[in-house]
Amino acid sequence: MPYSRGLFLDGREHPQEMYLTLLILATAISGTLASSRIPLRFTFPKGLLISVFEWFGELGIFCMRLFRAAMVPPYEFGELVRQCDEIGSKSLPLVALAGAATGVVLSLETRDSLVRFGAKSFLPAVIVFSIIKESGPIITGLIVSGRVGAGIGAQLGSMRVTEQIDAMEASAVDPYKFLVATRVLACILMLPLLTLAADFCGIFMGWIANMLAEPISLHLFLENGFKNMLFSDFIPPTLKTTVFGLIIGLVSCFQGMRTRGGTEGVGRSATSSVVLSSLFVVLADVVLVRLILTLWG
Amino acid sequence: MSSETADTPIAIKDLHKAFDGQKVLDGVTLQVVRGETVAVLGRSGGGKSVLLKLLIRLETPDSGSIRIAGQEITRLDEKQLNDVRKKIGFLFQQAALYDSLTVEENVAFPLSRHAKMSNAEQKRRVRELLADVGMDRDLEKLPSQISGGMQKRVGLARALALDPEILLFDERTAGLDPITASDTGNLIRELKKKRRLSAIVVTHDVQGAKAYSDRMVLLHNGTIQAEGNLDELQRSKDDFVAQFVGYGSR
Repeated sequence: MPYSRGLFLDGREHPQEMYLTLLILATAISGTLASSRIPLRFTFPKGLLISVFEWFGELGIFCMRLFRAAMVPPYEFGELVRQCDEIGSKSLPLVALAGAATGVVLSLETRDSLVRFGAKSFLPAVIVFSIIKESGPIITGLIVSGRVGAGIGAQLGSMRVTEQIDAMEASAVDPYKFLVATRVLACILMLPLLTLAADFCGIFMGWIANMLAEPISLHLFLENGFKNMLFSDFIPPTLKTTVFGLIIGLVSCFQGMRTRGGTEGVGRSATSSVVLSSLFVVLADVVLVRLILTLWG
Repeated sequence: MSSETADTPIAIKDLHKAFDGQKVLDGVTLQVVRGETVAVLGRSGGGKSVLLKLLIRLETPDSGSIRIAGQEITRLDEKQLNDVRKKIGFLFQQAALYDSLTVEENVAFPLSRHAKMSNAEQKRRVRELLADVGMDRDLEKLPSQISGGMQKRVGLARALALDPEILLFDERTAGLDPITASDTGNLIRELKKKRRLSAIVVTHDVQGAKAYSDRMVLLHNGTIQAEGNLDELQRSKDDFVAQFVGYGSR
């Protein structure tokens, strides 16, 4: 079925994305209202519209400056490695835990339903397909946007209000090259690797949870799970997280670099980095799932 | 470079800057010759720090001309601007040290990016600079582990790292004890003598400025209200100038 049922619902339906999108959209709007202390009046939508256009305009200028800085040598490899460690290694435990929890929950919830329909033997395949195609990537994206988005927003915001970014410019070092490009690139590189870790933990813990209910060897579980899986089921969903990485890096660096207003401003930047990057990750997921289904169906 | 520009590393002409319609600088004209130290005095919020930031294009002027080392910096592209910035050492009001880097790494930061020297040479240079400001015993400490005054001294060492021709100090003595403040004043005098550095020092400390500056300018209502040495300012017939210098000299 074509797009006749609305933005979120194509023929295959993705209710998970739709609910998350609505939840985050509501959080974002209420958060923006609360932090900006804008009274709810009839004039509000016009102001909001202008703010939205301004935000996207500034983001566009920011992206152009970032692109120029990232392309021109010298490159900051040392700082890139440090950021990969900061964003990748230090997010690994949380992402692994979230992936593992998803695997357990998926196993427990799905088993009951499949038993009712007499399709219990499909359980390994359901767990593996769900985790690899959707749960692993989106959980990783949301976890990283929470942990890393807040971190980058607060760190760059704090550097902005304490004139450290000015000091860097005064030392003839481009902060877009040293601070922004390295963080954005590290996010892009680390997200697929973290997704693999989440997938692995999710599938492994799915097997453990399944085994507690009904003994099954790991070998048989994996064989059943991966029997019908193709590379086109695995590669695109994993690689789509590079887009999540780009979004998280860009949005949180942008929010951090435009911080104004002392420590209160730093708090606002950290919050808005998380809210906006989570929101855009979920929206991008909807678009990317549709795109992947169209290209690799 | 003509002899005129070589002898006048800083030349500001009719500089205007406003924020949200409020004029901060309203036609400032100032020249600093080679080897000269100029103290910029004025009330808090009077645009002194903005003037310094305009000189290194951390802010862009609304109109007017700023020539640094003979180059009109308002018209330079990013690369040309960075070449000019390498000739300037800037000490920020709160030192602005990178809080994720140690004291040693902070001073090494500009050297590692712009100076063509080996790691050993770089290390030696960093230690020399930190020894000059009495901070060579705290190399491994983070900025959060040292006092505000110590941060200021590290900031000064970082500002001097690339052997600048021009020094800009924003509130040089803020957060410093009288002995350290006097030591850094001596350091400015020494650098001026040794390398004929030009400097602009934004300060409230009228007596301190008398000790190390060749000339004082008083910034008020966005313009330079008076200039000269302390005696000349004290003899001014302008009520504000006399009052400001009178209070500052007590």
